[in-house]
Amino acid sequence: MIKTLLSGDLPRSRLLSGVLLLVFFGLALAPFLVSGARSLNVAATICVFIVLVASYDLLLGYTGIVSFAHTMFYGIGAYGVGLALDGMGPTWWAVGVGTALALVVSLVLALLIGLFSLRVRAIFYAMITLAVAAAFAVLASQLSDFTGGEDGRTFKVPQLLQPSFHLIDGDILGRSIDGKLITYYLLFFSALGLTLFMLRIVNSPFGRVLQAIRENDFRAEALGYRTVIYRTLANCLSALIATLAGILMALWLRYVGPKTMLSFEIMTDILLIVVIGGMGTIYGAVIGSAVFILAQNYLQVLMGQASAALSGVPFLSNFFHPDRWLLWLGVLFVLSVYFFPTGIVGKLRAGAIVDRGAPKESKT
Amino acid sequence: MTTTTPVVAADAELPKVRVDVLPLLLVPLIALAMLPLVGSFPTWVTLTVAGLAMGMMVFMMASGLTLIFGLMDVLNFGHGAFVSVGAFTATLVLLPMKSWVEADSVWMNLSVVGLAILLAMLVTGLLGWAFERIIIRPVYGLHLKQILITMGGMIVAEQLIHVIWGAEQIPLPLPETFRGAFIIGDAALEKYRLIAVAVGFSVFITMFLVLNRTKVGLLIRAGVENGEMVEALGYRIRRLFVGVFMAGSALAGLGGVMWGLYKETLTAAIGGEMTVLVFIVIIIGGLGSVGGCFIGAMLVALVANYAGFLAPKVALVSDILLMVTILLWRPQGLYPVAKR
Repeated sequence: MIKTLLSGDLPRSRLLSGVLLLVFFGLALAPFLVSGARSLNVAATICVFIVLVASYDLLLGYTGIVSFAHTMFYGIGAYGVGLALDGMGPTWWAVGVGTALALVVSLVLALLIGLFSLRVRAIFYAMITLAVAAAFAVLASQLSDFTGGEDGRTFKVPQLLQPSFHLIDGDILGRSIDGKLITYYLLFFSALGLTLFMLRIVNSPFGRVLQAIRENDFRAEALGYRTVIYRTLANCLSALIATLAGILMALWLRYVGPKTMLSFEIMTDILLIVVIGGMGTIYGAVIGSAVFILAQNYLQVLMGQASAALSGVPFLSNFFHPDRWLLWLGVLFVLSVYFFPTGIVGKLRAGAIVDRGAPKESKT
Repeated sequence: MTTTTPVVAADAELPKVRVDVLPLLLVPLIALAMLPLVGSFPTWVTLTVAGLAMGMMVFMMASGLTLIFGLMDVLNFGHGAFVSVGAFTATLVLLPMKSWVEADSVWMNLSVVGLAILLAMLVTGLLGWAFERIIIRPVYGLHLKQILITMGGMIVAEQLIHVIWGAEQIPLPLPETFRGAFIIGDAALEKYRLIAVAVGFSVFITMFLVLNRTKVGLLIRAGVENGEMVEALGYRIRRLFVGVFMAGSALAGLGGVMWGLYKETLTAAIGGEMTVLVFIVIIIGGLGSVGGCFIGAMLVALVANYAGFLAPKVALVSDILLMVTILLWRPQGLYPVAKR
């Protein structure tokens, strides 16, 4: 049962399974385990980022394509739903129209960029996506009549998802069943479904071809696979899933704006998470997102304390300033590209292989 | 057999190198075509000079990157970091020597800016050396890792700037005598823009001469075409690599100082913002080609300036549109480098 659900791609490490279970149950029970809007917000962000990062992993980790336009698709999803809800009022109909439009726009853009630049080398694609994404972000923040400009747009979601809505009177396990909770579970189950779907994809014959292209595109082409088509498909698929992630995020925040949806910081966050979590393993996205978002929200407090403790040392305390946490992540990122390119998940799996003894490795 | 060709043929004159002038003509053509659209001649002159100045500054930043790519097949996504570091290093000279900057004397102004540029180029050059050694050397030939690693290097560099100089914007006032504009007829030409054009053009001429008239330049051009062969002939191509990387980084630093003075305020994101423009320029020019990079920079900057005047909303995406148009015409860029 579990094997089918995970598409035969088991964690293959006891520790990894443990951590994954921890993340799963942590997120599943988050509304009942923690109190306060901020903690629930952290949990919801983790859910969305798992989808977003895993879809990026599909590109970077499995197909070996570096794209810098991932936040663009994320933003298209968020803006699609946000603007539809803003313009048409808080109905499910608006959510549907926004979703459909966003998916179509993403698909067309991904196809265009893909056909335009995936024929040539990886570097070219990376540069083109960087340029297109930058232009898109500028457009979103400048066309203020349409998108709300730098301020973005705040909008109302359908009644079922509004915080003031109560499904039943009274509490369950000390928690009122309100719209926020329903939205959270919408996010959670969508994230779960999409993650399992991506696991299915990467472990299908299609996914194998993608990995073959990553390892040696020339040989894959020689074996009769049209690499351009496979690359473009992977590109579109990943863009569509990123769009869905954006839609989920917009529904959760009830706000869209260029800073939260399109900024280059999100892109670097995604890159950091994929590489540190482990490229080419969907599980890396799960663990990476959980660790990263938790660190983003709680590590800074720790760093603030370290900075305060070091405040006597003028220069050093700057290094531990809470805003400088990206510095340490950047260093970790560079180190992990060099020394453990398979990331946390790869390390855990390698550890498990050593534990079980060498012969087993040679068999697989 | 075909060996009947007389040996004399070898002594005969080599076939002439065909000069591809079409891209060269593109810049004046676009500029002239815009004249009737802009309408008034003085405005057109101002716009053109502004475009050329911006293009020169972008060229300074882009030339190093494209040369590094051509020679070493390394695309440095962290190139923007050198731009930022250059600009911030200049503040180390310009801020303490405020009295010289504010003095109403051309020589004092020039010397203080010259000193700032020298220091910035020295620092970025050394940083480039370290960057090449630590960050890039282990990943030669691995494109995916190069992109990731240099991106990581960029993040770290940007954060380090925050650590050293703080997170706030730093004002970088333009020296007194560089302010204002010359008025010729009805056209106002900002002095600093003219200076930028002069500096950029001399950089281009110097680069052109070094590449085409010196032995080092010959080796670099040969290295771009076929690095292995240069190595086989007994030249240490690694030293060449390092030298070009340092020079390219120093040029980015120079561009950073010029750009910072142009903007008159500094944030650590300055390099990241320019990276996109620089990439567009080198794609348009053809990856690895210095001449193409020069024309690309001019084109991008001119088109951005004209579009900003004629249709501000279009200006937001004018770079991309220009790039797409050029690539539809020449998919490899204006001057494709043979190997790639």
